[in-house]
Amino acid sequence: MQNKEKLLEVFHVSKVFPVKKQQLRAVSGVSFSISRGEILGIVGESGCGKSTLAKILVGSLPASEGKMILNGEDYTQLNGKEKRKFRRNIQMVFQDPLSSFSPRMKIGTYLCEPRRNYDGISKKEAMKEAEELLEKVGLPKEFVLRYPHELSGGQLQRVAIARAIAIQPALLICDEATGALDVSIQNQIARLLVELIEEQNMGCIFIGHDLALVRSVTQRIAVMYLGRIVELLDSEHLEQKCCHPYTKALLNSVFDVYCNQEAEIHLLEGDPPSPLQVQNGCAFASRCPRCREKCLSSVPELKRVEERHLAACFYPEG
Amino acid sequence: MNMLDIKNCTICYQNGTPAVSDVSLSVSEGEIVSIVGESGSGKTTLIRAILGLLPPGGKIIDGEILFNGMDLVKTDELRMQDIRGKEIAMIFQDVGAALDPIRKIRSQYEEAIAVHEKQPKHRCIEKAVDMLKKMHLTDPGRVLNSYPFELSGGMKQRVGIAMGMTAKPKLLLADEPTSALDVTIQAQVVHQMKELRDKYGVTIILVTHNMGVASYLSDKIGVMCRSRMVEFGTREEIIYHPKESYTKELLEAVPKLGGERFAK
Repeated sequence: MQNKEKLLEVFHVSKVFPVKKQQLRAVSGVSFSISRGEILGIVGESGCGKSTLAKILVGSLPASEGKMILNGEDYTQLNGKEKRKFRRNIQMVFQDPLSSFSPRMKIGTYLCEPRRNYDGISKKEAMKEAEELLEKVGLPKEFVLRYPHELSGGQLQRVAIARAIAIQPALLICDEATGALDVSIQNQIARLLVELIEEQNMGCIFIGHDLALVRSVTQRIAVMYLGRIVELLDSEHLEQKCCHPYTKALLNSVFDVYCNQEAEIHLLEGDPPSPLQVQNGCAFASRCPRCREKCLSSVPELKRVEERHLAACFYPEG
Repeated sequence: MNMLDIKNCTICYQNGTPAVSDVSLSVSEGEIVSIVGESGSGKTTLIRAILGLLPPGGKIIDGEILFNGMDLVKTDELRMQDIRGKEIAMIFQDVGAALDPIRKIRSQYEEAIAVHEKQPKHRCIEKAVDMLKKMHLTDPGRVLNSYPFELSGGMKQRVGIAMGMTAKPKLLLADEPTSALDVTIQAQVVHQMKELRDKYGVTIILVTHNMGVASYLSDKIGVMCRSRMVEFGTREEIIYHPKESYTKELLEAVPKLGGERFAK
């Protein structure tokens, strides 16, 4: 089962929240793997379980089922000291930079924390490293003396990335890391991330809702719908090869700058169903234009369509 | 004649630096005009000024806003109240926050109609149901009997558009109407806006940071940067033949399907 090339392996991870005697399946049966130096994108609409999955992967939420293996080590059930020690391997960058900073902590102190915390190095040494980190993410080292409110959103996001890579994690999880930024800044951050991942030979999970952006940053894309991965394929061939109707619908919902104004938009009717309602069939059936009888009675498995391409659909589009 | 003419408008907040400086803009009847730009460029300030709804401390220092020949800057508050909603309506980014969380949609909708026209309740409800149907909400009865938290983001946005459109305004101002929505829901709302213009002839000014949405909907596009309107022209001019370097950069920065990929 162990594969040396694989950095992270995830097997059938599920998360169930109890809600007033009902069960909310936020994530169900998600499996995938990432190798070193790879960026995997996860896209989906709000409420599809992307962020819950991220929290499970960093270990801040316990999974209800399944297991996760990083560098050959199963970390699903770790506890106490071991868990604390393990946590340095996976770091996270959040969506809203300003609210993930303590407003009264200087940037320098903020950047020193992980190294002092995990490795117990001296304050002086840590401060020196903090300056190096800032330069690495393209900021002047004088920023160590600044407070978060003095920096712009894009700069803060760079600092957040610097802190995440300070203890050289094996895996970086970016949860909508560019969602709150303007397009030009978004591009810069995306470029920086790609560079850093390659340089440090980390793995990265890039969560987003902008299909065009995620596609440009990642090697592979996993599309999630209502807690399941419905399609997993190479980003490079996303438009040509995707075959799940939901992925198609997502692609059709992106407004291209050079679009034809006369073209009709292919609308996906309605909203995603509530994850509280237990469904027998395919989760997407209620909105799917190709839904048939079989879709209502049984759940399609994530199956191999071709090399490096999985889809969960009984009647994939050609 | 142009329906709306903004001439050399300058707007300041208390600190004195203009949030909008020397901006001119013209909108003809039946057009969709988009204002694009990054956050802080003054686009929201500009369209709020049209309705006289600037946040506290905001003031129009210079310029004219002519709506069918009438200068809205000089119009007194009483007359403005008449114009708001009836002739110019506005929909906001987060309709969920604009709705009262502890009252059902029904009572809020009734109030919105009654402000403009005194009429019996059942007439109001008929109107509301009719409008919600036009917005493709399949079960208007259920929507009216719901509290805002019971509706999804896309439904709330459509309720907001429906409320704005009930008094049949001639001009609709939309401030980032799709930004808080998921992509498939965004597509629905964009479709709705297009239909409003095509079927009911409403003139729309749309503020957005999504170049794709602006490009799909607009006849004209204005690009704002640091309080100035750096470029204003037809969609053709702005999207395919941008003159200003800022516009080019902005277009370049938008991630595109089938475009450049950073990852190897």
